[in-house]
Amino acid sequence: MLDGNEAVAFALRLARVRVIATYPITPQSPIAEKLADYVADGSLPARYIRVESEHSALAAAIGAQLTGVRAATATSSVGLALMHEVLGVASGCRIPLVMPVVNRSLVSPWSLWCDHQDAMSVRDAGWLQFYAGDNQEVLDWSLMAYRVAEDPRVWLPAMVCLDGFFLSHAGAVVLVPDPEEVDAFLPPYRSRNLRLDPADPMFVNDLTPPAEFTEMRYQQQLAMENAPAVLDEAAGEFARLFGRCCHAVEGYALEDAEAVVVTMGSMSGTARYVVDEMRAGGRRVGAVQVRVFRPFPGAALRRLLAGRPAVGVVDRSAGMGAEGGPLWTEVRCALAGVPDAPVPAGFVAGLGGRDIPPATLEKVFDRLLAGEPANNVWIDVGENPLGLREVTL
Amino acid sequence: MRRLLGPVADVFEATRTGAWRIERPQAGSRCNWCGTCAVYCPPGVIRTDKKARSFVIDWDYCKGCGICARVCPRNNLTMVPEGGAEVG
Repeated sequence: MLDGNEAVAFALRLARVRVIATYPITPQSPIAEKLADYVADGSLPARYIRVESEHSALAAAIGAQLTGVRAATATSSVGLALMHEVLGVASGCRIPLVMPVVNRSLVSPWSLWCDHQDAMSVRDAGWLQFYAGDNQEVLDWSLMAYRVAEDPRVWLPAMVCLDGFFLSHAGAVVLVPDPEEVDAFLPPYRSRNLRLDPADPMFVNDLTPPAEFTEMRYQQQLAMENAPAVLDEAAGEFARLFGRCCHAVEGYALEDAEAVVVTMGSMSGTARYVVDEMRAGGRRVGAVQVRVFRPFPGAALRRLLAGRPAVGVVDRSAGMGAEGGPLWTEVRCALAGVPDAPVPAGFVAGLGGRDIPPATLEKVFDRLLAGEPANNVWIDVGENPLGLREVTL
Repeated sequence: MRRLLGPVADVFEATRTGAWRIERPQAGSRCNWCGTCAVYCPPGVIRTDKKARSFVIDWDYCKGCGICARVCPRNNLTMVPEGGAEVG
């Protein structure tokens, strides 16, 4: 039994990270603590840098990785927000860091609890983004992340996102591969692009004029375009070595489904449970879990969703002022103009730690099966939201 | 030669900030090479040498901020518009 944070720590140890720079933040803190334990007990030969902020944590990890080792950091919520500037340094300098992000809402209101707003707010930072559905996926996708990020066709940093508390603090059975097996999947790291080496000095991250900026951004775009094929290859190798599949998107009970719900993260297991329950009651429903958000797997989703009578997307973050949540926006865009593809309905649920129980997803399926159009529907909002809060004056 | 991805250089030449200049300091005949301008120059691109009686600006990196002209004790520097002509 491992909770999600332990699964992350196991994965980073299996990847043989050599420098760790983390700043603790709920609900990521156990990752920082466990990595410190591993360094202290000698099971992970690494340098542990105690930094004063997340901005410094990522900066230190970038600098360390440029010397030619795997470096680690991990964060959550406002910690990720504080890293915002440095995120672009990692992606622009093409440093294949892997960073677990334990998903927690952003201020305000202050909350310690899960939603996807933190990672979604940096979705265009040039990082690969993977969203785990359970603790096995946390470990598997952490290893996948190294493999894909470090491929020379990609060379981009990767976030492995896991739902705060629902995954990070909840124990589940996780199969942990042997270190030697992981070594076969993740060969020793070398800096083959930019590096810090006194014998081979370089200016890294120098000022780039308008005459070159577009081209350098375009290099990143091409890397994103290369990533799906690299992901497929890595998933094949992963399945061969470890016997488990890592699909960017995965359909469940889609045959003859009249209503399909698209989810990310820990609600995806609930969605499959609800599908089983509703099918037992004779209702034809199915589910699709999205595990890769960047690069967005539009082609795979088109294959799974074209021809479905009704599709609904459940976002665990609010696209404030947008037409809908960020996952819905991407799915809508992916299906636009595809013959016989439905216009997906958009739902927002599970903000700031609110559970997404089967009843919430049943409501979504009910609306889809009834053919009710839904656009940016906050499906689990309370009855009198403007009644909050009453204060004594 | 190697081709690398991302913002990188092994020679510091990618950022010739002199290209930003819209005015440049032009010296008159009253310079006594005291070096006050060089002390105040933010990027440190002015060299003066009393013995050699020389006053040199590195035009690759002078942004034309005009501080040298303001601090010159002899009021010997004038900011003149860049006209695209070669500078000495």
